[in-house]
Amino acid sequence: MSPAATVSSPRTLAGALDALVGATEATLILAGGTDLMVEFQTGRTRPGHVVDVWRVDELRGIRAEPAGLRIGALTTCTELRASALAQEHADILVIAADEVGAEQIQARATIGGNLGTASPAADLTPVLFALEAEVRLVSKAGARSLPVTEFLTGYRKTARRPEELIESILVPTRAPGERRGFRKVGTRRAQSISKVVVAVAVTALDGVIRTLRASAGSVAERTILLPSLERELAGKAPDAAALDRAARRAATADCAPIDDVRSTARYRREVLRRILRTLLAELLLDET
Amino acid sequence: MNGAPDTSFTFTVNGESRTARCAPLARLLDVLREDLRLTGSKEGCGEGECGACTVLVDGVAVNSCLVPVCQVDGAAVATVEGPGLEAVREAFLAEGGAQCGICTPGMIVMTKAWMDECERAGRAPTAEGARKALAGNLCRCTGYGKIIASAVAAARGESR
Repeated sequence: MSPAATVSSPRTLAGALDALVGATEATLILAGGTDLMVEFQTGRTRPGHVVDVWRVDELRGIRAEPAGLRIGALTTCTELRASALAQEHADILVIAADEVGAEQIQARATIGGNLGTASPAADLTPVLFALEAEVRLVSKAGARSLPVTEFLTGYRKTARRPEELIESILVPTRAPGERRGFRKVGTRRAQSISKVVVAVAVTALDGVIRTLRASAGSVAERTILLPSLERELAGKAPDAAALDRAARRAATADCAPIDDVRSTARYRREVLRRILRTLLAELLLDET
Repeated sequence: MNGAPDTSFTFTVNGESRTARCAPLARLLDVLREDLRLTGSKEGCGEGECGACTVLVDGVAVNSCLVPVCQVDGAAVATVEGPGLEAVREAFLAEGGAQCGICTPGMIVMTKAWMDECERAGRAPTAEGARKALAGNLCRCTGYGKIIASAVAAARGESR
């Protein structure tokens, strides 16, 4: 069954922005379809008007800019995996892209869609949080950029206005000496939706932590930051016990997991604590 | 449900130009099976989890249950019925790579995509590589051992 919708399929960015003039909350932007096509088929989402941007090539591509790495919204997980630039500047984003679905999904799933869908289980979004990425939104009225942490406002809710399109994502230039880690836990190694997903970026000087940003998915109604870690550890040269305490604190205070079809709240807290402890030890104590 | 007014979409399927009149968000899988009567591609889950509906669009393996037909207008689609897959089909027959058969078309198409990728990258086809490439194709009969053996035999141009 095909859903009752009118569809426009612009081929240019200008055409896409024209198609979004007069858009409402009921207007949906379709990229690779890996999420929305399931929504349509199951009837969970009934589209009114759909703007299909898949053929807008101006929204593709990865390039280095003075401020960092600019990633077009339609860049797929497959393209991220194949990009030497992404590997150099955003290594854990490439690792995360490799763990999204399997090859068939990776060929269609886009970075803009992963962010725009605002699923709490999104795999790329925690990486964008940990790397302090910005999202650039465009409309006929102009353009604006905002931190991804402000872009996500709730369960499948974002700060995007109906007439706006996610144009690209900027991953800022890596801070000197910054070390990063990513872990995803699902039911099987490939092709699973996260039970817990974590990204961490940390800088340390002579063993003393300067900055520490950690983010997690599938443990709250949206992707979240884990501020307890930086609060507990910044300015310190932590030992294993201190990392353990900080991980426990973050898994207790910073998240709000639920029981659902994929896992339980208790399991998610426990796994989050263990992943954080392991990742921090790898990054800070050179334990592997 | 009443769709948007039907629209004409033209694309090639297995090398032949085909036109379908359907709603723009109709699933490529349904258009192939119902409008074009190519029933090789199967629907397992309808959610992109199982890979039974895998086809190639411009040479790239995708789940046809997740692709709206409006996004393949002008593209080249290849299905399990198509030319160029004879050797893979033969290898699956020879190696016993099919049990109930529902996952088999997806396995065969994905194996072809993996073989093409190995060739492009100049990489030797290994069982480990086949396992990773076929990670998005589920077999509920759990016949993975022979499926992987079939894929590797196809890629090496041999069947026992």
